[in-house]
Amino acid sequence: MFLQTLVTGLSIGGIYALMAVGYSLVFSILNFSNFAHGTIIMLGAYIGYFIISSFNLSFPLSLIGAVLGAALLALLNVELAYSPLINRRSPSLYLMITAMGVSIFLENMVYVTLGSHFYAFPEIFKQSNLKFFGSDISPLDLSALVFSLVSIYALHLFLIKTKLGTAIRAASYDMTTASLNGVNMTRLIGIVFLLAGAFGGLAGVFLGIKYMVYPTMGWITNKAYIAAVIGGLGSLPGAVIGGLILGLLETFVSVYISSTIRDVFSFSMVIIFLVILPAGLMGRHLEEKV
Amino acid sequence: MDYIYGVMAVICIEIVATVGLSVFTGFTGLFSLGHAAFMAIGAYTSAILTYFYHVPFVLALLLGMVMAGLVSLILGFPTLRAKLRGDYFAIATLGFGEAVRVILENLSITQGARGLPGIKHFTTLPVAFIFAVLVVWLTKNFIWSKFGRNAIAVREDSVAAEMAGIDLFKVRMLSLVYSAMCGGLAGGLFAHYLNFIQPVMFTSILSTQLTSAVVAGGMGSITGPVLAIALFIAVPEVLRVANMWRLVAYGLILVLIMVFRPSGIMGYHELSFEWISKIFKKNTRNKAGGKGI
Repeated sequence: MFLQTLVTGLSIGGIYALMAVGYSLVFSILNFSNFAHGTIIMLGAYIGYFIISSFNLSFPLSLIGAVLGAALLALLNVELAYSPLINRRSPSLYLMITAMGVSIFLENMVYVTLGSHFYAFPEIFKQSNLKFFGSDISPLDLSALVFSLVSIYALHLFLIKTKLGTAIRAASYDMTTASLNGVNMTRLIGIVFLLAGAFGGLAGVFLGIKYMVYPTMGWITNKAYIAAVIGGLGSLPGAVIGGLILGLLETFVSVYISSTIRDVFSFSMVIIFLVILPAGLMGRHLEEKV
Repeated sequence: MDYIYGVMAVICIEIVATVGLSVFTGFTGLFSLGHAAFMAIGAYTSAILTYFYHVPFVLALLLGMVMAGLVSLILGFPTLRAKLRGDYFAIATLGFGEAVRVILENLSITQGARGLPGIKHFTTLPVAFIFAVLVVWLTKNFIWSKFGRNAIAVREDSVAAEMAGIDLFKVRMLSLVYSAMCGGLAGGLFAHYLNFIQPVMFTSILSTQLTSAVVAGGMGSITGPVLAIALFIAVPEVLRVANMWRLVAYGLILVLIMVFRPSGIMGYHELSFEWISKIFKKNTRNKAGGKGI
């Protein structure tokens, strides 16, 4: 029982981490919380679902389609809604309100056009559980965990080893200095959103397989935001650690205490965390700019 | 006739909540995604008082306001003391709104998710109108007081305001409590208008509506949000569109306002005869070849 809860918690945590990465990437560059990310994840899940069910394509193809689709949507989002504000150097509160608007708009657009049906992915991972030290572990949980950790590690390598990754890291420290050194900011912001969207698509597909696909599934991403805050917004390792911690705590709370207080628990945890450790576990403390 | 009467009563009730929120979001510059929770608290407190304990209506409304104010202290004390960033605070209010709803759904005195039917009908259009006027007038005085000037200073530049000796925590807390009490009042009026309340009525959709109205109306104006919330309620009623299209429009309005006119419909202006005549004067000057703003 304990081991099973542990693996379930870790796999949920892995999906949270995948989603939290998107928040953190955008935050590290633009210093605002992109609340529209949850909607991009939801749309990614829809794309993945329709590829696999309407076109009868294989699971890897639907995963790739969801990743590409979500990345493009994220790019469209920044080009249409955010870039006028970024160019005007608006306060981050305005960007946040715009992000809220985008998320309300897209979510309800899906509601109006596709309806509030719950779509279930066809069976991809075998239902039969693996026996491991006497407890049942589902292959879905295990592959979600492995997939998210591997892809986040790949992102980490990209940020460390490549020239583009270095530029992103430089911009996250100081945008003005980075652009003085010849980094094209408009392009960089586009690339960051592409990356965030791609991770959102990946997370969306796994989320859809686990909890089905429906318009308000973006609500779960509020948890991912909490995970990013716990780990420290803007920090990649922080997103992973925050995601895993939150996934584990939530699963243990709902198994051993009560599942109705699970969400209240997560939200009160974020308040406690913000009060005690405003920068999160791994984040830099951001001074107010004068 | 009854129908128009009803729409107008709802507009008056929502004006109370929106104007309260405009003090918090518009004038103090903090973004809330959970103000529906204060409406819920006010609605349930006053409805329980009049329904189970037969407390007079006005007293019940007042107690609902006080309750919402007290709960806002619980939310505000840790979050505002820690001087959370705007977006952190927003997510905290989002969580707070959800927590309040979950609690209301699980308490026995609120009868859980089934809701509270059979509340007496006290909120008629004149009553709602009087309260709306009263709150707008109070808020205007509030903003023009020393406190209001401090709040605007905090919104414009919190660091500079702190340097000038303004206690950020006190100003933010006061405007949170004020907005929560207005929300509580609106909730109480709402409960005694509909005669039935349910936790589902106070979801984040309602919070979104209130915040969108403040942003669209103008962050820094009282009459702007009043105008915006009236349009937000009246236009869908006139067009008879489904509830979901209404939300699509809210989202789009938020984005368009932020991209094209971040200061909202009214900007920092107030709708008054003076202001309207000034616009006309400006236009005539423009026609004469002067450089307009």
